[in-house]
Parts: sequence; structure tokens; C-alpha cells
Amino acid sequence: MEVLGLLMDGVFIALDPLNILLMLVGVALGLFIGAMPGLGSVNGVAILLPATFLVPPASAMIFLAAIYYGAMYGGAISSITLGIPGASTAVATTFDGRPLALKGRADLALVTAAIASFVGGSVANILFTLFAPPLASVALDFGDPEIFALMLLAFATFVGLGGDDIPKTLFSIFFGLVMAAVGLDIMTGEPRLIFGDITGFMHGINFLVLAIGIYGIGEMLWTIDTTRGNLTMTEAVLSIDRILQSCKESMRSWKGTAIGSFLGFFVGILPAAGATPGSLMAYGVTKMVSKNPKEFGKGHVGGVAAPEAANNSASTGAMLPMLTLGIPGSPTTAILLGGMVIWGLQPGPLLFQTQTEFVWGLIGSFYISNLFALLVNLAFIPLFIWMLKMPFTILAPMIFVLSVVGGYAATQDMHDVWLMLIFGVGAYLLRKLDYPVAPAVLAIVLGPIAEPKLRQSLLFSNGDPMIFLTRPIAGPITVIAIILILLPLLKLIRDKFKASKAESQA
Amino acid sequence: MRRAEIITAGLMALLSIYLMYKSTELDIGYVRGEGPGGGFWPFWLAAGMLISCVWIAINWVLRKSPPSQSDEEYLDSYGLRMLLLVGGGVTGFIALCHILGFYGAILVFLIYYIRFLGRHTWPATLAIAIGTPIVTFLFFDIAMRIVLPKGYLEPLFLPLYDFFF
Repeated sequence: MEVLGLLMDGVFIALDPLNILLMLVGVALGLFIGAMPGLGSVNGVAILLPATFLVPPASAMIFLAAIYYGAMYGGAISSITLGIPGASTAVATTFDGRPLALKGRADLALVTAAIASFVGGSVANILFTLFAPPLASVALDFGDPEIFALMLLAFATFVGLGGDDIPKTLFSIFFGLVMAAVGLDIMTGEPRLIFGDITGFMHGINFLVLAIGIYGIGEMLWTIDTTRGNLTMTEAVLSIDRILQSCKESMRSWKGTAIGSFLGFFVGILPAAGATPGSLMAYGVTKMVSKNPKEFGKGHVGGVAAPEAANNSASTGAMLPMLTLGIPGSPTTAILLGGMVIWGLQPGPLLFQTQTEFVWGLIGSFYISNLFALLVNLAFIPLFIWMLKMPFTILAPMIFVLSVVGGYAATQDMHDVWLMLIFGVGAYLLRKLDYPVAPAVLAIVLGPIAEPKLRQSLLFSNGDPMIFLTRPIAGPITVIAIILILLPLLKLIRDKFKASKAESQA
Repeated sequence: MRRAEIITAGLMALLSIYLMYKSTELDIGYVRGEGPGGGFWPFWLAAGMLISCVWIAINWVLRKSPPSQSDEEYLDSYGLRMLLLVGGGVTGFIALCHILGFYGAILVFLIYYIRFLGRHTWPATLAIAIGTPIVTFLFFDIAMRIVLPKGYLEPLFLPLYDFFF
């Protein structure tokens, strides 16, 4: 019951007037960011992080977490009314949300999405509160080899479960890690990888430079290229009566909501998986266990509830490894982790002991933000739909301006703004060829933490890499990581084997 | 797409080799008593990049990845025009920051984008193009005390500083 006491303290901290204001603004911004096609939680958090240097770290984190939550709600708004997902996490919501809207029941879809999101978020918050303290106390015993093994596992999930082209995923990870190594060598202080002797590289490459480049500039170029300015909108008729009636009707989708809430949380914990695959999986499972799966895709409320519950739940799930182990569970939490480092907080299990107020204040804010997101969402759905009519030719230049100003504010060096532009255009060009960009962002955040762990471990073992296999906790983690890396290879061999068997039978 | 795939892999391989070479400026081996040298980590990661590029090239020869099978143009005329107008616009914007400072550059960039690329009306364009730098100034320079460069427009801001500080 100690947890309940800590949680109450946390809720109390989160109810500080400044924090309440930040949560309301964050949730509203998040809803808008999530609803805007081309912007998702990761873009919002990356572009707005430099703006949070104004408030104390705990409040900044609460604000960014509120944006993260809000964006998960907001994605559904454009999935339903525009038929295109407002964020990749809401892809599965279009499958049944759009048909419902075309049938004139956009209100039912929107209300179901909001309620399912709330339930998903609440279930995940409870699971988080139960799991986080024991996980953090176990992780307190972790030494350098264990933490490095965990990071290896985080990257291995991208290879084994990410589903992207494997050599391109590996390239993205390695590239991010090398970029993180630019600057002064952490252990000896010698200058390293100073390209062309440009002094701007001496202070290293801030992760925000890469993150804003990719998620601000690169993402805008990508969206302009792929949408080519063709969007059509379905109007939603909304009134208090209709919302209440929709609430009643949406209760029928409880099964989808339940599946999404639990599945989403556990998928969200994995670094490579997260909210998008979580919501797709929840949709698939709900369809599978449904009595009439044929109705899915034609406007079944369960098909809206499941992915929406899952993406909210997954976003909280992604916070679990970030706060307890210092390993982000999603690109958005990777940026939050980078922010914590900027604010001088050491991410990892120690946070639960040394920064109790910060941690529990943040957890308390999850509960309150979730409630705020539901209320703001239901109250202002018409406003968000109206804002969706904002032409992309106004939104895009504003994002470019925010990216450039944010990129400068992070380090106050024009060198980094140019670098950000190069990363942004490069990310757009590489993304066209199926290079995944998220692993690079995770890598540039984890790089400066992973390298000293590896070097300390090897120093400790006199250069013997077997240290990662023989230690009792690091060993199994490394083995799982190796299996995950080999997983695609094993699948390939199995398929070849099956194919040759089928041939010999024929 | 097919040609772009192999050209990109080649360029990235060259980048990897350069990064490996650059890493050798520091010790890439094991230093007794100090652990792995400063170049060890980036060297082997860059080697990993190079191996990934070779792997991508092998997949290209075997026509395994979607871009290596595609006959589509990598950048069609729309994509190329967009990249020149929008990417070029942002490049010009950042270059202007050195001369006109951030606030002057934001004004020029927003007029260029909203009026000439977006074809919105002048009143809408000017409202956004003038409003944005004002809000940005109040937020960054005044509230956060992060002073953005002003370039040659610095004298214009002196009365504002006097007013706020």
C-alpha cells in the first residue's frame, strides 16, 4: 500500500496550479498535433522540447507527457473525419472509423474513440503504477554489463520485430550511434570525429538536432510529397444528446476496449513495437474473437475502440522502461529521455530513489492528463474539426519556423541549425528508400549512455566480451538479444526448408 | 528507384569508410589499464554501417528489397519541384538568418511560402508573417531569455530591449 501513498503524493504534486495549466495546454496542443496529418506525438515533443526550458524539469516533463497523451486521442479525429490517419498510431482507426463517418455516424466513432482512449490510458496507468516500483528496485542491482545488455536488447527488438528492411534498420542504428560519438571522447576528453576541423562539432551533436531535423523538416517534406494536397472531409453532427446516446452505444464495444487496453500496454513496452503495431494487433485480435468478424471494416464500433484503447495504453507502456531502466520504449520517449539528460536528471532506476517527487509527480500527472484529454476532446471536437481545415500550406511553413527556432534554441549555435537541415533532407531522401528513421533517434539518445557502459564492462573484464554472457542477469538478456537479431535469419531458413519440402512432395 | 537504391548505398558506404578512417585518429584497440581506446566504439560502429551497406547492395543485386524492384521514379517532377521550392526555401531561410537575423528571416520566409507557394491572400499572409515573429520574440527573447541572432537588424531591437529589460 506504500505505492498508494506515493501515488497520492504524486497526484498532489501534479495538481500544482502551474502543472494543471501545463497539462491543459499540453493536452490541447497534443490533440491538435495528433489530429493534424503529418504531425504525431513524436514531432510535437521533438519540436516543442526546446520551448520547455522555461519551466522546471518536472513541469516540463508533465507538459510533454500531456502532449504525448493528447496526440494519441487526436489521431482518431482525422482518421474518422478525413479518412487519413492524423498520426501513424491511428492507422487502424481508419478501418472502421471512416466507414462509420461515411454512414453519417462520425459522432459515434469520435465518442467511442475518446472513451476507449480514456479506458486504455487508465488501465495502462494502473498497470504502470503496479509494475514500475518493483521493476525499478530490481534494476537497482544492475551494473554496467547489465545496462549495456539491455540497450543491446532494445536495438535487437528493431531488428527482430521492427518489420523493416534489416540491413537498413542496422544502418540507421549504427548511424545514430556514430553521430552520438561525435565531440569529446567521454572517457579521455580527446576530440573525436571533428569533421573538417569545424569547431561546431566539438560540443557534439545534440540529439535534438537530429530529432527535429527528422521529425520537423524531414516529416514535412515527406508529408507534402505523399499527400500532394488532396484531402476531403466528412462533417460530424454533434450535440449533447447525440454524444450521450453515442456513449451508450459505444459501451457495446467493451470487448475491443479491453483487448486494446491490455495488449497495447505490453506491446508498448518493447522499443521497436509501440503504439502503431500495438493498435494494429489489437484491431486484428478483436476482429478474430468477434462473433461477426465480417462486420469489421464496414463500420463496427469495436474496430474503433480496440486500436484507440491500444495506442493510448501503449504510450504509457513505453514510459515504463524509460523511467525504470533508462531505455525508451518508443521514439517519443527517447526524446523525453534526452530531455531528462539535458535537465540534469540521470535516467534509470535510481530516479525512483533520488527523485521521488519528480517520478511520482509525473505518474500522478498521467492520471490527470488522461482525464483532461477525455474532457477537452469531448468538449472541443467541433473546434478540432474546424482546425483541421487549416490549409497545409500554412501549417507547414509554421512547422519549419518552429523547427529552425527550436533547433537554434537547443544549443544556440547556427552550426547546429545547418546540421539539422542536412539531417532533415537526408532523412526524407533515405525514407523514400525504406530506411527506417526511428532507430537512429533512439540510437543518438542511447549512444552516450551505452558507450561508457561497454568500455567500463570491457575494462572490468580485461577486454573479454564474454562478460556479457556469463553474468547472471546480463547473460540471459544478451542471449535474448542475440536470438532476436537472428530471428529474421531463422525465419528465412524455415521458409527455405518448407519450400524445398513442398517441392520434393510435388 | 532501382538506380537510386544502389547509388544511395554506395554513397553511404563511402560515408562509412570516411567515418572509419576518421575514427582511427584515436586508439581503436584495447589500451592496457584504460580499456578500449577512444576510437574503438565509433570505428566498429562505422564498420557496422559499411557491412549494412554491402548487405543492402547484395539485396539489390538479388532484387530483394521493394525499391530495388521498383521502376518508379525516385523523385518525379512533383517531388523534385517540391524539394527545390520547399527545401530550397528552408535553406534560404536559414541563410537569411545570418543576415537579417531570425525575425527578419521568418517574415521573409512566411511571405514566400504562404503567398507564393500557398497562394493565400495578402491579408492572411501578412497577418501570419508579422504575427509569428512577434510571438516568437516574446516567447524566446523575453520569456525564455534565449536571445536569437538579429543580424543587421540588431539596431531595430534596441528600443525593445530598453522597454522589456
